[in-house]
Amino acid sequence: MSDPGTASPSRGLSRLLGRLRRNPAALAGTVVFLFFLLMALIGPLVAPYSFEAQNIAQRLRPPDAAHLLGTDQYGRDILSRILTGSRGIFLLSGTGTLLAAFIGVSLGLFSGFYGRLWDEVLMRILDVLLSFPPLLFALLLLATLGPSPLNLLLVISVLYVPMLARLARSTVLDLRTREFVEAARIRGERDLAILFREILPNALGPILVEISVRFSYSIFLVASLGFLGLGVQPPSPDWGLQINEARSFFATAPWILLFPAGAISLLVVATNLMTDGLRQVLQPGSR
Amino acid sequence: MADQATVFQAADLSIGYRTESGLLPAVRGATFSVHEKECFGVVGESGSGKTTLAMGAINYLSENGEVLGGSSRLRGQEITSLRRFQMRRIWGSRIGMVYQNPSAALNPSLRIGEQLCEVARRHLGLSRRLAGEASREMLARVAMPDPVAIMQRYPHQLSGGMLQRCVIAMAMITRPELLILDEPTTALDVTTQAVVLDLVAQLTKELDSAVLYITHDLAVVSKLCDRVGVMYAGEFFEQAPVRELYHAPLHPYTLGLLGCVPRFDPEGGKHLLASIPGSIPRLDRLPAGCIFAARCPFVQDRCRTSSPPLREVRPGHFSACLRWDELPTAAEYARSTPAVPAHKEERPEVLRAVEIKKSFPPTERLFGSGGRKSMSVRAVDGVTLWVRKGNTLGVVGESGCGKTTLLRVISGLAPGTSGDLLLDGRKLERSVQRRPRKVLKMLQMVFQNPEASLNPRHTAGRAIARPLRLLAGLSRREARGRVSELLQAVNLPLAFSRRLPEELSGGEKQRVAIARAFAASPRIILLDEPLSSLDVSVQASLVNLLCELQERNNVSYLFISHDLAAVQHLSHWIAVMYLGILMEWGDAEDVFAPPFHPYTEALLSAIPVADPDIRQRPIRLEGSVPSAANVPSGCRFHTRCPRKIGRICETETPPWREGRNHHSIYCHIPLEELRRLQADTIARTTKGDG
Repeated sequence: MSDPGTASPSRGLSRLLGRLRRNPAALAGTVVFLFFLLMALIGPLVAPYSFEAQNIAQRLRPPDAAHLLGTDQYGRDILSRILTGSRGIFLLSGTGTLLAAFIGVSLGLFSGFYGRLWDEVLMRILDVLLSFPPLLFALLLLATLGPSPLNLLLVISVLYVPMLARLARSTVLDLRTREFVEAARIRGERDLAILFREILPNALGPILVEISVRFSYSIFLVASLGFLGLGVQPPSPDWGLQINEARSFFATAPWILLFPAGAISLLVVATNLMTDGLRQVLQPGSR
Repeated sequence: MADQATVFQAADLSIGYRTESGLLPAVRGATFSVHEKECFGVVGESGSGKTTLAMGAINYLSENGEVLGGSSRLRGQEITSLRRFQMRRIWGSRIGMVYQNPSAALNPSLRIGEQLCEVARRHLGLSRRLAGEASREMLARVAMPDPVAIMQRYPHQLSGGMLQRCVIAMAMITRPELLILDEPTTALDVTTQAVVLDLVAQLTKELDSAVLYITHDLAVVSKLCDRVGVMYAGEFFEQAPVRELYHAPLHPYTLGLLGCVPRFDPEGGKHLLASIPGSIPRLDRLPAGCIFAARCPFVQDRCRTSSPPLREVRPGHFSACLRWDELPTAAEYARSTPAVPAHKEERPEVLRAVEIKKSFPPTERLFGSGGRKSMSVRAVDGVTLWVRKGNTLGVVGESGCGKTTLLRVISGLAPGTSGDLLLDGRKLERSVQRRPRKVLKMLQMVFQNPEASLNPRHTAGRAIARPLRLLAGLSRREARGRVSELLQAVNLPLAFSRRLPEELSGGEKQRVAIARAFAASPRIILLDEPLSSLDVSVQASLVNLLCELQERNNVSYLFISHDLAAVQHLSHWIAVMYLGILMEWGDAEDVFAPPFHPYTEALLSAIPVADPDIRQRPIRLEGSVPSAANVPSGCRFHTRCPRKIGRICETETPPWREGRNHHSIYCHIPLEELRRLQADTIARTTKGDG
């Protein structure tokens, strides 16, 4: 039997599923998202070919039974490259976003909770970071540091930390004056207990929504950087890189470009739909 | 009443809402009529369908609402079948409407004058100039001090009471045949409410309108209405002339509602309130037979299978109860509950607050102060009071008088600017964060709004267990045992410990909050208007609960409220607060009996008393409470005081005049003089006040 003091998580989960069922778009989005997430884990195992196996005899083949999504200019199987490329997307965008979330949310929580000078200074620094156009900023950093996966991760974090920190801070600012926080003060809770037991659970909804929004943005960002040649380097099956490489063959073999582009759109749209569903569940009343 | 022409008549009206889970029958078979110059009150708790009834009767339902059957007639004309474009000529011209929140009823970006004129031009077809004149005249009729200036103002420049008067002027400018008022004073202060109620009473007599008055407040109804209908879960249970309804109600629900209202009876001994157990049934799961049977103290087996329709059981008196002729009178019923023991003896002090002050610094503005010099706001400006062991000190005052700030200073949530707090003779740290846990253990608090004071992500059990672990130092296992005891003490089932706040009703949440405050066995509990967000029947059961818990645990309460009747019922000592300081203070019986401070007198005269036979001398305070940033000189009440004696009130601070038993009044007028002047402020007409 679980401790009567805590709400059982299984009840929360079943309620989440129940509400998702009433929102078919969000459900579809979640399914697609989970599919790509699964591929990120096991993609290379289920892909029919290796992502770098070249077969010049089979180059620029349109989709058929052997190559469901056709082949590219080196005769590599596009389906396999997309499935395998999912891992890169989740590794870069996913971890980048999570890293940004961890740093940003921590900064925002403490900054909003303690306020005063520290808050003022931090927010001004973040304002400076926010004032750069994101893509330009990313290009600047990567051109200086050189394109490597680790630097990409860094770029994503630096770009998204300010946004997540601001959101976490404003959520905390709103929650910190609520009566249940005052009630906690009156029963002598320490600051950390108030922050993590009283405030954080209530701030989690908007923060999770923001994280998933940022994730879908960063997919675009990674793809854009890959397309510009500043992201992952060949022969990686990165989707953006694939589009870049496919440019010159667009007239004769459009599928090389369309399928990776479609994969990006599908994952971004799916993530957004899932976010909308998440928002409805976690932040009822907002649209 | 019967000789007057019927203006509006609803017959067997049923209204439903289409929802995801099917059609909800929100109102079933409602019949009522309103006559010329008559005020018909509809009372009921939240969810009783009173607003739906009014909106359905005038064909003004929301998208998913629907009139399912029956008819309603305005001067004989059937209106439920009319189309929207036809109704548009009736709404706003032949039927006027006033809602609870006046600032939501007015367009914030249009001047008051434009909004009034628009109604006059649209519905009366007046020219711009004539509409302006009509608007001015109407504003003067609703007792607005300077109509011409008011018409140039925007809504945000007026106070709530003034806005509501403007909305009433807007509704009345077309001289509607039917005026619907939906909780028009609920958002207003007592003194403002009194002015608005007077106005409604006077205007309806002058303009021959019929009034449909919807409210949850039985006291307001008793002051204003001629006949009253009591609604419960979408049905009328009783309709009667107001006097009969209050003295000899013929339905147990009415009896219960009346029992829930604290009687304003300073002399008589106190009894527990006759609360109504249980809660209103869900509309999609209405029981067979009488829908009140599950909560009715007079229930018999036959009630569960059959329920009579609303029928005339005595001339002009309708009831839907099988046992209408076997019920006690309201007075008998109110006395049937156990008496609350009075505490006459002097008890030791638990808490003493000495010269408490709290001021807020002027707000800095980015673009200068707009020409005005902003002053610091002196929200609490020197309050000294003490609370005795096992006693309750009630602090009353209008909104903005500083009572909430006072409580926050004492709790340490908003540390005071100066002054000392003594708990059991030991000095308290000003800030809650600097008070050690063994001090916090002694002083706990219940907040106004349980929706906000319980963490939405913590179960009831966790909320109650936390102070046990932190303050009482219990182990996890011991705490669990105590949680069950505490839930039992606040009359909640044990299973509720696993529920989240969203799975509890408002009253249940407040019970959890009370259990949480009691968890650490404090010496004193601060109660910040703990009842005001709840329905009357829930209020009554909580008042009883608080009384019982106090009796059992010998705990002291510091209770703040704007509800004088609740304060009078719960408190042994009462302090009256105005603009940051106390005006009067003393034993509960002394404070609410002459001599009063003129401000107390005005409050007493303004509060509606749920008894049509009590006559109050109409003393109305003009204007609103002055800003605490700019406190009047001398006696700070002099700007509104109806008993101002002259220059001395404006220049000199008044002395504390002490009567018997610590009863003190802060006024220039001697006590004897006040007593003589105030003999008939509040009197029972049937006793022959002479």
